[in-house]
Amino acid sequence: MNFPVIDPQPIWISLQLAGVTVLILLTLATPLAWWLAHTRCRFRVVVEAVVALPLVLPPTVLGFYMLLLLGPHGWVGGPVQTLTGSSLAFSFTGLVFASTLYSMPFVVQPLHGAFESAGKIPMETAQSLGASRLDAFFSVISPLARRGYLTATVLGFAHTLGEFGVVLMVGGNIPGKTKVISIEIYDRVEVLEYAQAHILSAGLLLFSFLILVTVYSINRRLPVQMV
Amino acid sequence: MTDLLQAKFRVHYPSFSLDAEMRLPTKGVTVVFGPSGAGKTTLLRCLSGLEKAPSGFMKFADQVWQDDARGIFIPPHKRKTALVFQESRLFPHLSVQENLLYGYRRTAPLDRNLHLDEVVQVLGLADLLKRYPHKLSGGEKQRAAIGRALLTSPKLLLMDEPLAALDRQRKAEIIPFIKSVEDKFAMPIIYVTHSMHEVLQLVNTMVILQAGKVVRQGPAQEIFSDVRLKEVLGDEQLGAVLETSVAEHDEEFALTRLDFMGQTLIVPKQNVAVGKTLRVHIHSKDVSLATAPPAGVTSVLNILRAKVKTIGAPDRDGFSVDIELDAGRPILATVTRKSLANLKLKPGQPVFAHIKAIKMIRS
Repeated sequence: MNFPVIDPQPIWISLQLAGVTVLILLTLATPLAWWLAHTRCRFRVVVEAVVALPLVLPPTVLGFYMLLLLGPHGWVGGPVQTLTGSSLAFSFTGLVFASTLYSMPFVVQPLHGAFESAGKIPMETAQSLGASRLDAFFSVISPLARRGYLTATVLGFAHTLGEFGVVLMVGGNIPGKTKVISIEIYDRVEVLEYAQAHILSAGLLLFSFLILVTVYSINRRLPVQMV
Repeated sequence: MTDLLQAKFRVHYPSFSLDAEMRLPTKGVTVVFGPSGAGKTTLLRCLSGLEKAPSGFMKFADQVWQDDARGIFIPPHKRKTALVFQESRLFPHLSVQENLLYGYRRTAPLDRNLHLDEVVQVLGLADLLKRYPHKLSGGEKQRAAIGRALLTSPKLLLMDEPLAALDRQRKAEIIPFIKSVEDKFAMPIIYVTHSMHEVLQLVNTMVILQAGKVVRQGPAQEIFSDVRLKEVLGDEQLGAVLETSVAEHDEEFALTRLDFMGQTLIVPKQNVAVGKTLRVHIHSKDVSLATAPPAGVTSVLNILRAKVKTIGAPDRDGFSVDIELDAGRPILATVTRKSLANLKLKPGQPVFAHIKAIKMIRS
């Protein structure tokens, strides 16, 4: 029996994609989740619903619209094409863009929950001790929301790692550019290379399981309440 | 006069309104007393700037902190006030020492009048510094919270029922610390409570709040002999709160002699050094009156010379009447109408007030 040859490139692209997506999402989701947790604006529910849409939509729906949006004639893809001369569709940047939207709820929702459960008191207390709002956010609120940040990071990362439909439609399965691990597994199965499919699948399964176990056990140990 | 805190706030909510005007000394402990829902917390939040009364004025000594007529509103973190709440509100992710230093580090170095070591010493926090809030008892948490507030070097310390969540023993443990804060750091404190026990131990000036209005404000000694406050304070409390100084101890009879405005009160021996102040509370029902000094020997040890100031209207029960006396400080006496008729008392008349019981207020 031949030793199965694993192409490391899809794994590397998947990790890069998940890493970049999570970093972008944490930056965007923090102010968004803070706003959702504290605003009394009546459009709040609309924003909440939009953020949650990727949870219920088939990835192909999202992928289809992303393709239109990012393509050479799309609202985003068009100007980018004019500026840089290359299309966002079927590119790594396009994948990052699509993944950011697709994984948004997995990052926003834990942060929203964390900010909401922290309540107004920590902010008020920090301000009464002379902290500005921004200072209070970094010195008190974000440490209190550690659980939320950990959950958001891990879920965002793991979910981006596991996506299939959107990356297939937006990325187009270009080896070395947009072919990620989940698509590679699909391809191996298509050509009946079950051994390779097994290694990749089991690896992904084990990896996902391990980080979830780690997160849940760390979360149990972090203090969150003001006393 | 600049040593005054002047404040005037109007706040209207659908279910509650506050319309309070105050002039308070900027030293000692001012207790804001009143039933739940009287607006005590709202008043404190207005003073701190956490809540902006739509129509308000506040001046602390010579600094204006709010004047809506001139569009002035100093935000909470720029006022030199510090707050202590019912819950300690310590930051759970920081050790006691880091909690203590949170506000200190955010205070401009030139404004820092108080430093970690002295605050730790006065509040007895030395053994707690490395610990985290969830490892502290309720009393320890409150001490740490008071310390954290003090280390912002405030000009005014605001306390909102800081002992309400603690049991009796813990309360008794904290009160001396609050007193020493006022004492050692000369820090004016505004203290909100509905506990008469805390009032008696701490009060210098009192503000009585009812349904959003200031019913009465002034030195505690005047408040506790003001017959008009019977409803608010309860007739159990009315009489006199007197500041005395310990003159001498009588070991033979196990007594302590207290000096009060040139007169003497004798109480069971107190474990307080000579020369120290001791606050006593006298109930009006424990004061009886005579127009002449006792002929012969009496078992009553405490007889104060006083003058009748005002004679109140008969009580609702119809048989007793409150009489306001002046013994250098006001004292209230509750006697029967029958006795009043026998004594034929008139305002200005000198009397001898027999004090049947004296309650020492100490922590």
